Amino acid sequence: MPELLDERSEGLFRELAPQVLGAVVRRFHDFPAAEDAVQESLLAASLRWPREGVPENPRGWLIQVAARRMIDTVRSEQARRRRETEASLEADRLTPAVDADTETDQDDTLTLFFMCCHPSLTPSSAIALTLRAVGGLRTAEISRAFLVPEATLAQRISRAKQVIKNSGIPFQLPTAEEREQRLRAVLHVLYLIFNEGYTSSGGPQLQRLEMSREAIRLARSLHALAPNDAESAGLLALMLLTDARRAARTGPDGELIPLTKQDRTRWDQAEISEGVGLLTAALAKGSIGAYQLQAAIAAVHDEAATVEDTDWPQILALYELLTRMSDNPMVALNHAVACAMVHGPSKGLEQLKALDSDPRMSRHHRLDAVRAHLLEMACDYQGAITHYRIAASRTTSTPERNYLLTQAARLSEKA
Amino acid sequence: MKYILMMNTMKLGGATFPGWSRKDIEAHIAFMMRVNHELRESGELVSAEGLAFPDQAKLVRAGKDGEPVTDGVFPESKEFLAGYWIVDVDAAERAYAIAARVSAAPGPSGAPLNMPIEVRPVMSAPPAEFI
Repeated sequence: MPELLDERSEGLFRELAPQVLGAVVRRFHDFPAAEDAVQESLLAASLRWPREGVPENPRGWLIQVAARRMIDTVRSEQARRRRETEASLEADRLTPAVDADTETDQDDTLTLFFMCCHPSLTPSSAIALTLRAVGGLRTAEISRAFLVPEATLAQRISRAKQVIKNSGIPFQLPTAEEREQRLRAVLHVLYLIFNEGYTSSGGPQLQRLEMSREAIRLARSLHALAPNDAESAGLLALMLLTDARRAARTGPDGELIPLTKQDRTRWDQAEISEGVGLLTAALAKGSIGAYQLQAAIAAVHDEAATVEDTDWPQILALYELLTRMSDNPMVALNHAVACAMVHGPSKGLEQLKALDSDPRMSRHHRLDAVRAHLLEMACDYQGAITHYRIAASRTTSTPERNYLLTQAARLSEKA
Repeated sequence: MKYILMMNTMKLGGATFPGWSRKDIEAHIAFMMRVNHELRESGELVSAEGLAFPDQAKLVRAGKDGEPVTDGVFPESKEFLAGYWIVDVDAAERAYAIAARVSAAPGPSGAPLNMPIEVRPVMSAPPAEFI
């Protein structure tokens, strides 16, 4: 089974998946069927390569197997139709030719990113489809990561492909006018995959860590395909600079450790320097976007050797830029925290008031968690306890709930 | 986002569909199977289970040595959990819509039962980082 493949072949395989799919889609013009055929060829490879060795031309091998599968599908479809309408077979489609140049491969992979993250798909469908069609992950692996039955996930993917087919989205790169907006949609899906994976503990720990690694791999691939897009670089930098803190984020029992209490010697310096390098190059391009700013904020945290060294005025300035750029209430929330760190808790608490009337935030646990934290800074322990508890009752993350309840209990003992 | 939909039914002395006609019972069962099929097709079903009737339930507590001490079910409980669904959906509104559909399962003479369905989030969100 797939487990028998060593890491190198597994990597090769995953890298080839979108190229193979691109070649098969271009030949047969049927994305849903081609995607199934490529999955089968990947499965065949995972069974045969460990035994027989990786073929000389692995890409060609995979395309051949997928194309043969497509021909079988087309034939049985034709036979079915012939029984109904006596339609004839289009022979020219059935001649597999195994050739393509690197440039086409790159365009194909990029086209697949755009297709799988198309705005007409729901986020959960886009995530599943991207992981399978671009990431080369098997349905079973994705369903394990998201803790849903394999049949359910397979159905989700099949419906997503049907949406793409029905809306007649062509297999080609978006036009220059559309490109910017479509690229934002791709980045958003990768960001969602990363956030799913950037978790710590509570049951599905291992599987989800793999998702954050997968998000980084996909972001790397996208950055290589769109090297001049500063936001793609910004997103990759943000992922690396956030992932760098992963080992320090949780304690031995999986409990959350807040940023200010983390053992900074456990932060991954290689990821930090790679992230900072990417970010510096991206910022130099001059088209500053939200991912670059978030990466810059993460970099300021990562570069502080101790909590006290944190350059909060710079973080506040970055949040101010970010607030001007987006209407995201989470940004407003973090802006209030930075404001409290620079100008004192009462200033931060004042800013939170505006969010009380924002329907996207008023009942969100993060608003109560931040309010509790700032009230504690202001030495209003009773108020802080109340809001830690409200936040605990509203979160849907077990480690967060444990953390918030512990904070409330700690303050109760102090009060 | 995952939600659990809990179907609480009035306790009816352990009898299955008391007083229902065969046709009504069959229509009810077919409806439930159809709902499960639809949720599988839509890629939203995580799990669905029906539970045995409450006369099969035991209340268990740890005794002095940690040994299980079993007891019958308390007669005062008026409602019991008949079954549940766990669904993975894009928004809470979708979970409520599924709950409403299940709630309207057909009863005697095909009239909707409008059973109360308790909907609650499953703790499955990834945690954020706190400062």
